[in-house]
Amino acid sequence: MANISGRKSAWSIMAQAAGGKLLAAGLDLLPIILVIAFFQLLVLRQPLPQFGEVCAGLLLVVLGLALFVQGLEMGLFPIGETMAYALARKGSLVWLLLFAFLLGFSTTIAEPALIAVSGEAAEIAREGGFIPPAEVESYRLGLRVTVAVSVGLAIAIGVLRILMGWPVHYLIIGGYGAVMLMTLVAPAEIIGIAYDAGGVTTSTVTVPLVTALGVGLATVIRGRSPLLDGFGLIAFASLLPMIFVMAYGIWVYA
Amino acid sequence: MKYLSEFLGILLATGRDVLPIVSLLVFFQLVVIKEAIPHLRRLVFGGVAVVLGLALFLWGLDLALFPIGKIMARQLSDPAFVLRGQGDLSWASYYWVYLFAALVGFATTIAEPALIAVAYKASEVSAGAISQWGLRITVAFGVALGISLGTFRIVTGTPLYLFILAGYMVVTVQTIFAPRPIIALAYDSGGVTTSTVTVPLVTALGLGLASTIPGRNPGLDGFGLIAFASLFPIIAVMAYAQVSHWLARRG
Repeated sequence: MANISGRKSAWSIMAQAAGGKLLAAGLDLLPIILVIAFFQLLVLRQPLPQFGEVCAGLLLVVLGLALFVQGLEMGLFPIGETMAYALARKGSLVWLLLFAFLLGFSTTIAEPALIAVSGEAAEIAREGGFIPPAEVESYRLGLRVTVAVSVGLAIAIGVLRILMGWPVHYLIIGGYGAVMLMTLVAPAEIIGIAYDAGGVTTSTVTVPLVTALGVGLATVIRGRSPLLDGFGLIAFASLLPMIFVMAYGIWVYA
Repeated sequence: MKYLSEFLGILLATGRDVLPIVSLLVFFQLVVIKEAIPHLRRLVFGGVAVVLGLALFLWGLDLALFPIGKIMARQLSDPAFVLRGQGDLSWASYYWVYLFAALVGFATTIAEPALIAVAYKASEVSAGAISQWGLRITVAFGVALGISLGTFRIVTGTPLYLFILAGYMVVTVQTIFAPRPIIALAYDSGGVTTSTVTVPLVTALGLGLASTIPGRNPGLDGFGLIAFASLFPIIAVMAYAQVSHWLARRG
């Protein structure tokens, strides 16, 4: 009897947790629904097109977000931390930095947003007559590889910073200086793309893994604070691509 | 049937996107670390939940949000709507665009899964001193301000680098005065704001504006909104930390 009621309460706890996640996801989505409804009904004064499809889509978004957050707690965060602990225990700097580089490189080279942006950038360069039509494909690939290498390097430098305990702001402000200097010499056509490249590199799956890696390392290394030193990897991954894409632009257009 | 094949297509694409990460993790586990993994079944289950959840999320966005959002961005930036019987088209006629940019920036940032992840971790690491909703709303305000200013820049045609340069200066000055524990997190919150939900809508808005306003070139002026959305959350998070630090010291 006790056993049965114990199992029952386990189920009801799980159901409650799932209900809570769904409710939270619904709350996350509420602002978007309000904004769309406001502009559609009051400003543009048009009925919502395909009302049924929109409702079904919103349900899917809520369900997906709840599932994602569940997977974050159960899978992505623990995986990132486990890797950080295991690599720190192993004590090999080379493997740790290689892991950091490959994590940045491999997740960026396949990033759909980056593929889209580099395609548009190649199109603009061709239309402007900066590159011959035959070189569009190699320009596009070059841009993708440049961004992926820069994200890999950024994560590796960020991990090295956590190990060494360098303050994050010197590196970031130094990076800002480099971005501004490159802006002075880079061709105008590449600047907007370079600035945007920083924002599109960090995808939804990469961010939790990289954050867990940084926080995990800062937790196990003596003398580091998870809050002070564990964050900052994403910031490097947004900054370095700007510098590298402008360098690539200078090299291609020159 | 059409929906099923649509979903399977998205699931396959999501799986393909995470394939490099999975192979990297498996390689390091088998070749470098060579230790037993605790709670392996739980981790695999969590990983599957992430991929499945993300696929459902993207599918829902494709069905419900992106089509309407893109149509609305086009309609609002259409000169016929902007003019509506007024005399000339000036930067001030675009007020609905600025408001739309700000509200869409705010709303999509609240729903951004990567930001949810970082806020979750920050709250855990700071033992609740940084609240999840506090961080997310501050970042969303930053994005709202950034994208709104970004659309203003496209309308007026001011060079992008001037805004970015000014923004960098503000961040540098803030870094000197901000409480140290918030600095790294503030820098990170710039990078996580723009991914799954925000980028497609904001890109549509930028390209729509740049292609309808006379004298703008979509290639040159359509880009740059993402850069604004990455810069202003940094300023917002540091400002929030500074103000609450100042209030705590004063009171």
